[in-house]
This record gives sequence, C-alpha cells and structure tokens, in this order.
Amino acid sequence: MILIKKPVDTRPSEITPLPVYKKRREFIKTGLGLLATAGISPAVLATASAGYGGRKLDYSRMTEYSSKEELTDYKDITEYNNFYEFGTDKYSPAKRAKTLQTSPWSVKFSGHCEKPGSLQLEDILKPHALQERIYRLRCVEGWSMVIPWIGFPLADLLKRFQPTSQAKYVEFVTLKDAKQMPGQKSGVLDWPYVEGLRIDEAMNPLSLMAVGLYGEVLPNQNGAPLRLVVPWKYGFKSIKSIVEIRFVDKQPVSSWMRTAPSEYGFYSNVNPLVDHPRWSQKRERRIGEFFKIKTRMYNGYADEVAHLYSGMDLRKNF
Amino acid sequence: MRITKQSFSLQPMFRSRLSKPALFMLCLMPLGNLVWGVIQDQLGANPIEVFTRSSGEWALRFLLVTLAITPLRHLTGLPVLLRFRRMLGLFAFFYALVHLVSYLWLDQFFDWGEILLDIYKRPFITVGMTAFLLLIPLAATSTNRMVKRLGPNWRRLHRLIYVLVPLAVLHFFWLVKADLRTPLIYGLILSVLLGFRLYRRFFRSTDVGRSRPVV
Repeated sequence: MILIKKPVDTRPSEITPLPVYKKRREFIKTGLGLLATAGISPAVLATASAGYGGRKLDYSRMTEYSSKEELTDYKDITEYNNFYEFGTDKYSPAKRAKTLQTSPWSVKFSGHCEKPGSLQLEDILKPHALQERIYRLRCVEGWSMVIPWIGFPLADLLKRFQPTSQAKYVEFVTLKDAKQMPGQKSGVLDWPYVEGLRIDEAMNPLSLMAVGLYGEVLPNQNGAPLRLVVPWKYGFKSIKSIVEIRFVDKQPVSSWMRTAPSEYGFYSNVNPLVDHPRWSQKRERRIGEFFKIKTRMYNGYADEVAHLYSGMDLRKNF
Repeated sequence: MRITKQSFSLQPMFRSRLSKPALFMLCLMPLGNLVWGVIQDQLGANPIEVFTRSSGEWALRFLLVTLAITPLRHLTGLPVLLRFRRMLGLFAFFYALVHLVSYLWLDQFFDWGEILLDIYKRPFITVGMTAFLLLIPLAATSTNRMVKRLGPNWRRLHRLIYVLVPLAVLHFFWLVKADLRTPLIYGLILSVLLGFRLYRRFFRSTDVGRSRPVV
C-alpha cells in the first residue's frame, strides 16, 4: 500500500509568492499545449517555489530501468535519512531540514568543459523531460529501500556543457552554509560534502539527476532540490543538494574517503563479496521487512554497469 | 566532601522495604518502552536497529550506574546505596543479554558461521563479545551463597568490571561511523568514575571501607 503524506498545515515556505502565483495563473490560462511549444517543462513550475517538497510533478514512467519490487513507504523514505548536514541521527534530517532554502537555487558548472557557467535550477530543468525510475537504494550500513525517483539522465545534463577529453571524472559538491545546514557546525565531516564519478560512470544511462520522489518534489531531507542517484553504488555516493559540478582530470577525493580512507573507496560499488571493514555486506535489511535479503552484485544492476569495471580488482578498487 | 545533612533525610527512603521493588520496576522501564514501541510501531523505519542499539546503550548505562555507586556512596556518605548495586549490575547483564540476543537473532538469524566470522573479523564485535563473556561470571556469582563461598576471591573476581566496562565503551566507539560524540561522553563518564577510585587509592591514606558486597 502506498501512503502519500499530505502536509497537515501550510508551512510558511509553502505559501507561493504573489508574482509566482500570478505567473502560474497565466500559464494555466495559456494551457499546457502552449506550454509545451514554449519549451518550458511543467517541472520548472513545480520546483520554482518548492520549499519543503510535496508539490506534484509531471513525468513519464521509465519502465526500462525500473524495478518491479514493492516500493518502500513514503513515510520511511522521507523520515529515515543519512544527511549529516542536518545531524548524524537518521531521524533528524526530517525534523531539521526545513531550514534549507531551495529557491532560488543555482548550480555552477566548471572545469574541463567548453561551456562552463552558473545556471538557475529552472534553466537546468528546462530542456529535460522528467521520468520516473524505480531504483533500489543500498546503504553501506546494511539497509535498503526501493524508491520511485523522478528525474532525468545525468548524461543529458553533462553533455550540455560539452566536457573535453580532459574531463576524466566528475566532481559534485553539496551546499555549504551552516545557517541552512546546522549539522555543518559540527566537524564530523569535512564540509562541503564532495562526491565523484568516473566520466563513463556519470554518462551511464542509469545515473540519474533526481528532483522528486513518489511523483512529488523532493522533500529537503531527501536532497532537494537536485541530487544524484547512482543505484549500483552505496547510498553515500548519491550526493544531495548539489551546488557545483566540476569536470576534472584527477580522481576526486570524496568526503568519506577523506574521513576514513581504509573504509570508503572511490568506487564504492555495492559488492556482497567485499566487506566493509566493520560490517559484512553479504546481506541487507530491506526497510519494512523482517528478514534480511541477500545483497546482489552492483545492487542488481550488473547487466547495466559490470562492463565499466571489467579487468579491475574490486578488492583494491572498493 | 560529604553532604551529610541532606543525606540523612534520604536515608529512610533508601532503607524502605519498598525501595528495591521500586528500583526494579524503574529498571524495567527502558525495556517496557522498547517493547511498547515495537508493538505500537513507533520505532521508525528501522525498528530492529533501534531495538539493538537502544538495548546496548542501556546495558552500558547500567554498567556505568553500577560503577557510580561506590563514588556516590563516598561523596554522599550514604553506605545504604550499596543495597542497590547488585540489582543494578544484574540489570546491566540483563540489557547486555537482550542486546546480544537481538544481534544473534534479528541481525544474524542464528547463522553461526557468520557470527563467528563477525567475532573474528570485526574488532568492535570482538571486544563487545569479550565484554559480555566477562560479565557472565560476575552475574553468576552475584548470589549471597556465591559471595560467601568465594570469600576474598569474590572481590578479586569482580574487579573484572574495570576491564569489561572500558571494553564496552570501546565497542561503542569502534561501531560509530563518524560522529564520535556520544561514545566519547560515555568514555568521559567512565574516566571520571575510574579516576575517582585512583584518586582515593593514591591520595587518601585512610581507607574508609572497601566496597564489600552487602549480604
């Protein structure tokens, strides 16, 4: 059963500013057909004033890459989060992420590419049609979920900036602002949070830029307004609330690699055969289920991604 | 160092025949809370994780409270507090047992091969298991009969607590991913409790009665 949580009372962040409201009325008047011809995807509207998630998105279902497993409850997906920017306890992001301001939001694209620059979220989303993809998410801590993400292929976004041949890796950076992200006042990690992918991993069709889940705009605690989803890697690779994307020639050092290099590697592919030094990765607890299930190689996405790592020693490149 | 005046007013309360049953019920409350949380589905998205974590943390808290009895007794001049130490220690064992069973059952589903591998490969489980094993003889020799039978050896045996509580704190410390604040707080409390004993041993010549079991 799928329960979609409806906001009980209106939060200040949800009240639409008057200009946006008026603009929306206009759009509704002109009709969806005209909208499409104007080249503005409805997603722009939905995310423009997204404060705390919950706004409906327009999207198509992408069955090709979607799992048919039972979805994890919306409540569990949105209240059980690892987002250290809002505290290290898994229940605190849901309580504390209200302070994150997701509008206006801009992302800087830099490094080895032909067209670097800063883009407003609306302009980032404009050319992309949103799709729903149901992915498994496997946390390095041994639990997992099945999440219906709404987003678009990362490759489509990256290509717009025309990465050069020197762009061997892509580095992603989360917002750093202790006022909005109170967890950053503590030094548990080196802020801002940084993650990275090899360029071919980033261009793999599975790699997704997500703006929503369960058909609605991402709640802040799930990484609003723009986050990465790489389903064959442990969850911490799927960086949240991205403000910068760099095309680089050297392998980026991620936040977790810096914190504990012996425990977290650059690749961090889901692999039941390579244990985390402090716990086994053979099995996982699917949130909402009692018995544990076996963890699959590349989180069950071997057909799509195994070729990226052929010939590599996965024990060394963990 | 003694707060004698106030202590006298507390004395009758601690001496009361009801004090032990009352403490017993109080000590069961954390478990009651957890069980209620499971029944009412209030433990969030991952109730088993909460149950295992929480029972372990309560075991550690009871160990520290047990270790706090002696310093408290000296500071307050209330030897009557010793009446409660055995019960507190046994509750530490009880919560450690709940924690262990929760791991063996809900985490590993009694897959003994995996469990042995865990004990061998993961330092935090190795020290946690060691701490539990050391706790067994202490719980087993907590009866009046055992205290009498072991005589002076009883006290020697029960010094194991000074080994096993640091191991329990280390178990917590090594388990945490990045945020070490909580285990560090427990470590700090433990250092204060052990430091108090060292202080008395080396800086106070008059020994005002060692912590003998109250039979």
